[in-house]
Amino acid sequence: MTNLLVLLLAFMIIAAIVAIWTEDLLSSVIAVGAVGFGSSVAFLLLSAPDVAITQIVVEVLTLVILIRATVGREAHTVSGARDTFGLAVAGALVLMLLVFTVGVLGTLPPFGSPAVARVADAPSTAYLTEGLAKTGAGNIVTAVLLDYRGYDTLGEATVLFTAIVGAMALLRRRSRNAAPGKELQP
Amino acid sequence: MRGPSIVVRTVARWVVAFIFLYGIFIVAFGHLTPGGGFAGGVILACAFVLEVLAWGKESALAGFPFRVAKRLDSAGALLFLALALLGLLFAGGFFINVIQRVEPGQPLRLFNGGIIPLANLAIALKVCASLFLVMVVLSALRVRAGGSDADLASEEEE
Repeated sequence: MTNLLVLLLAFMIIAAIVAIWTEDLLSSVIAVGAVGFGSSVAFLLLSAPDVAITQIVVEVLTLVILIRATVGREAHTVSGARDTFGLAVAGALVLMLLVFTVGVLGTLPPFGSPAVARVADAPSTAYLTEGLAKTGAGNIVTAVLLDYRGYDTLGEATVLFTAIVGAMALLRRRSRNAAPGKELQP
Repeated sequence: MRGPSIVVRTVARWVVAFIFLYGIFIVAFGHLTPGGGFAGGVILACAFVLEVLAWGKESALAGFPFRVAKRLDSAGALLFLALALLGLLFAGGFFINVIQRVEPGQPLRLFNGGIIPLANLAIALKVCASLFLVMVVLSALRVRAGGSDADLASEEEE
């Protein structure tokens, strides 16, 4: 299974590189979608069907919206010399991140043995053993999301609400300004 | 004819029903099987988005008007908050699963889990309505003629 996962991750990395390098906006959006579908299959392989379902439906919806937003629109390309200072800073940051990531990776538990298996009194053990009796929800993921970690879900709902209100406030003014007969500025 | 062909439209009208049913299943069984309010809400929104893509925005807005979507969006958020406050009022803690505490049902049944299925429903309403709104508002942004987004503006002013 690990081999399959590595293959999938390689596919996702290639798709991400294609998304950055391609000239066409639509190809870029489709490549981003390929990354999303790859990660959905990866979640499924790692026995996380809840995350896989959420990932795939959100991916489909964002892909549809992005394709609708990009089709028939020209990509704005920037020409001219590259900013060498910015490039140097970005390179240094990536290098630093790489060094720290490699350092941290050594401290992670080995693949396939979560912290629950090693630390006896970890809180997640209590969730797994008492979750059904305390919450009555057979799906422990939902029990954690809506009972143990209800605050997080409330915060997430608030974020979504605020984002929608903000988007509608911005886009509404645009659509109001475009009175009948007037062209909307893209 | 502008838009998708008659084949696409007919198939879409059939498939929308199944997508909607699947979304309802994912929401209702969120506390028993993989899925939940968020994923189910997105699937419900996908059904409306398919309607927008195949039949156009006007057709989708006829079934799910802009005002209703806006109210459902707010109602979902308020219902979720009310469920959390229910715990504060009757059990002395924000987000305490008061129904499960007072009357624990039989495990692994549909009507069970206290506020969890209700919270799933609230989140599904919220997510479905708000993503549908995003789709409608964004499709109004992409305007060729002035007509379609004047419709949106007049719909909003009602």
